[in-house]
Amino acid sequence: MSTIINLPDQSTAKMPKRTYLNNEYGLKSWLLTGDHKRIAILYLISITFFFFIGGAMAGLIRLELLTPQSDLVAFDTYNKLFTMHGIIMIFLFLVPSVPATIGNFLIPIMVGAKDLAFPKINLLSWYLYIIGGGLILWALMAGGVDTGWTFTTPLSTHYLNTHVITAGMAIFVAGFSSIFTGLNFIVTIHRMRAPGMTWFRLPLFVWSHYAASILMVLGTPVLAITLVLVILERTIGIGVFDPTKGGDPLLFQHLFWFYSHPAVYIMILPGMGVISEVISTFSRKRVFGYTAVAFSSVAIAVFGFFVWAHHMFIMGVSNYSALVFSLLTMLVAVPSAIKIFNWAATLYKGSITFETPMLYAFGFMGLFTIGGLTGVFLGSLGMDIHLTETYFVVAHFHFVMVGGMLMAFLAGIHFWWPKITGRMYPEGLSKLAAGTTFIGFILTFFPQFIVGYLGMPRRYAAYPPEYQVLNVLSTAGASVLGIGYLLPILYLTWSLKYGKIAGNNPWQATGLEWQIQSPPLTENFVETPVIDHEAYDYDWLAYKTKHEVQTVG
Amino acid sequence: MHYFISPVLWQFLVKWLTHFALFPPEASSIAPYADALYFFLILISLIGMVAVAVLVIGFSIVYRQERHPVATQIEGSTLLEATWTIIPLALFMICFVWGALLYFRIYNPPTNALDMYVVGKQWMWKIEHPGGQHEIDALHVPIGRPVQLTMISQDVFHSFSIPAFRVKREVIPGRYTTVWFTATKPGKYHLFCTQYCGTLHSQMIGWVYAMTPDAYQAWLAGSTSGSSLAQNGERLFASLGCNSCHSGKASARGPNLAKVYGTRVQLADGSYTTVNDAFLRGSILNPAIHVTAGYAPIMPTYQGQISEDGLIDLVEYIKHIHTNERIQQTLNTAEVQGTHSASGTGSKAQPQTAHAASRMVNQ
Repeated sequence: MSTIINLPDQSTAKMPKRTYLNNEYGLKSWLLTGDHKRIAILYLISITFFFFIGGAMAGLIRLELLTPQSDLVAFDTYNKLFTMHGIIMIFLFLVPSVPATIGNFLIPIMVGAKDLAFPKINLLSWYLYIIGGGLILWALMAGGVDTGWTFTTPLSTHYLNTHVITAGMAIFVAGFSSIFTGLNFIVTIHRMRAPGMTWFRLPLFVWSHYAASILMVLGTPVLAITLVLVILERTIGIGVFDPTKGGDPLLFQHLFWFYSHPAVYIMILPGMGVISEVISTFSRKRVFGYTAVAFSSVAIAVFGFFVWAHHMFIMGVSNYSALVFSLLTMLVAVPSAIKIFNWAATLYKGSITFETPMLYAFGFMGLFTIGGLTGVFLGSLGMDIHLTETYFVVAHFHFVMVGGMLMAFLAGIHFWWPKITGRMYPEGLSKLAAGTTFIGFILTFFPQFIVGYLGMPRRYAAYPPEYQVLNVLSTAGASVLGIGYLLPILYLTWSLKYGKIAGNNPWQATGLEWQIQSPPLTENFVETPVIDHEAYDYDWLAYKTKHEVQTVG
Repeated sequence: MHYFISPVLWQFLVKWLTHFALFPPEASSIAPYADALYFFLILISLIGMVAVAVLVIGFSIVYRQERHPVATQIEGSTLLEATWTIIPLALFMICFVWGALLYFRIYNPPTNALDMYVVGKQWMWKIEHPGGQHEIDALHVPIGRPVQLTMISQDVFHSFSIPAFRVKREVIPGRYTTVWFTATKPGKYHLFCTQYCGTLHSQMIGWVYAMTPDAYQAWLAGSTSGSSLAQNGERLFASLGCNSCHSGKASARGPNLAKVYGTRVQLADGSYTTVNDAFLRGSILNPAIHVTAGYAPIMPTYQGQISEDGLIDLVEYIKHIHTNERIQQTLNTAEVQGTHSASGTGSKAQPQTAHAASRMVNQ
């Protein structure tokens, strides 16, 4: 029951002659492509673009908060900065980050299919994303939006003069891109699995994307409806949320969080899928408790729909409904704990190496554990009263979304970079980037827990001077973090031309995607694969490798 | 030392080491309970983090490839899955129960609380004491006595937060919310708006002054505006003509309001409700959906005619009506004036009086 795997000699690896990248040339071949891999690349370029715009805003926010006074930018500008930072990072980066790039690239290959079920809808989803992103940029250049990414009514409907309608339409459109991606994944996973690929032979990456897709398809329409109501109330004055017209402002909170809480799981679940793949590969060991990890993804998706009112504990909801939502919030924390412990147990008796994706995965585990546990603080009713709407919440969700999700995204990008491009990234620099990101992250966001407990409210352009020390630490950390994020852009671009040739399976991983050439053919597989083994079956891989060597030799 | 590093940084470090706080002051009866739960949650988090760190770092050292070149394939273990399902679940359940107990402690007000009113508007807090004292962005409270704030917003969502007291509650347009606390330590504490409310959100801040009861009495006496909220409310009640229907007479077209506050009444649709601040406010603004059983739905709406401050005055007044004697007196005076005005200049004088009264109320 044990395997010895040696990394292949990369000096003999050659770039394949025909790949999805060179079978057609020209802009048109990209803009009209139906190939899920090319669409994934289009998505990767666009979300990276928006990530750096959102990141630049975060930088300005941190600079403003270096001093207690409002001195770098005007109050209104500051409000626009954090609003646009939130909107861009959530709707244009985090929601599509892993699913639309890595997921889009890999889901068909992992289930053994030639493409997603609906290639044209897949392309449409990218165009919708671009239209949404374009509208956001337009709103930004026309003067910005200052509602906060939460669009709280009646502030957003009656009291602001900024481009709320444009931003609302942008998110409405981008939401459909997310719905289409989810729909495509669900149909592909149900209908297009290769012969022998049963549900319990699917990689955990596919399970977590399946769970996230369900959330996308069921949750996003509620957000779309909510934004339409906001736009209608702003333009023609229907009184859905306005109390003076008989509306209920709390209704908006219910509708908005009914999407936006599951959205958190839309963002994190695909990241968890990446971590399962990476940890297994670099421990050379199957994921401990496959079924538990798979079903915990589904449990997160199901419970995730019934915890939205924990964003409203102080908003005058009935005490007893708060009780129910707090209980459910505690329950949703359990599947996350199960995952963390299963990943840790996967390391047990493994044969562990520490390539960059593994370092990012460890970073994910550390930061996500802190992020998850501080979520328990906020789910605990009485504690939430003091902590909600302070920097504690800001730190909590950045630990989960940036510490967790962005780490997972970078782990995934590095892990599959050889498969996507056919070339290796430089190992030394990328380890440096992983370390820098981790240290910068802790320095940026850990002080915010403390300043939050001290009472500093979020979304303040100016703050009492006694909070300055912790804010300076945070800003210093943000500059380190910024370097950590810039590095990969530079060396990954460099590696496109100068990186070492990767070969089919540089990590000796078991996934189907590693058994085909890198970069893959447009049709992925030369012949339809037949699956006769479970996911993460290293014995099968060892047997196959041996067998191949014999036939070639 | 400070010759080698930037003087600014040196100043900064000195300030940091001498003024570094991890917790806000504990200045209310709730604060120690909140902090106790906080410490428990930190403890649980430390246990969780240490457990994960020990496993990940320990396995990484013991099973790194140099030491352990051959991985042993293990499928899983139901026993272990059960362990790390049940132990976290149990710990989270403790957090849930503890948090719920604290929540009910914070949001269930005692019955003997001192009532105060808060109106939030872009971007200031207006606080009204029952004695008629008004404050902007400041709140004076006595220590050792529960204080209940009934709060409403005139425009957008705000949130009333006093970190030193560990209390916070959303201030919502069109709906009363309440928060209560007992200050325990005299001092000056931050008051924040924590719900983003537009341009000057970060300037919607103020101070809470917790004072000894004597100092508080002295402050009350020195800040009086001449008439209490209930007195303002009484004038408004008369000037809006409420008294003509709510006169308490047997033939009156509206229900008797004396001692109605806190009682249970039956509505026209047969349901029962307790008369509280929210019900009274709703009855004034949307009478049609608050009709008391046995009365005709003839009351007009006062939506848009009374400010939130005026509504607070009216509610505070109705709370304090114990007998209809004065209402009927005012009514008689008005009727007498009315008969006079038929033949003189009174018709012009009366709206002016009403206007003056409402202006006083809105001050």
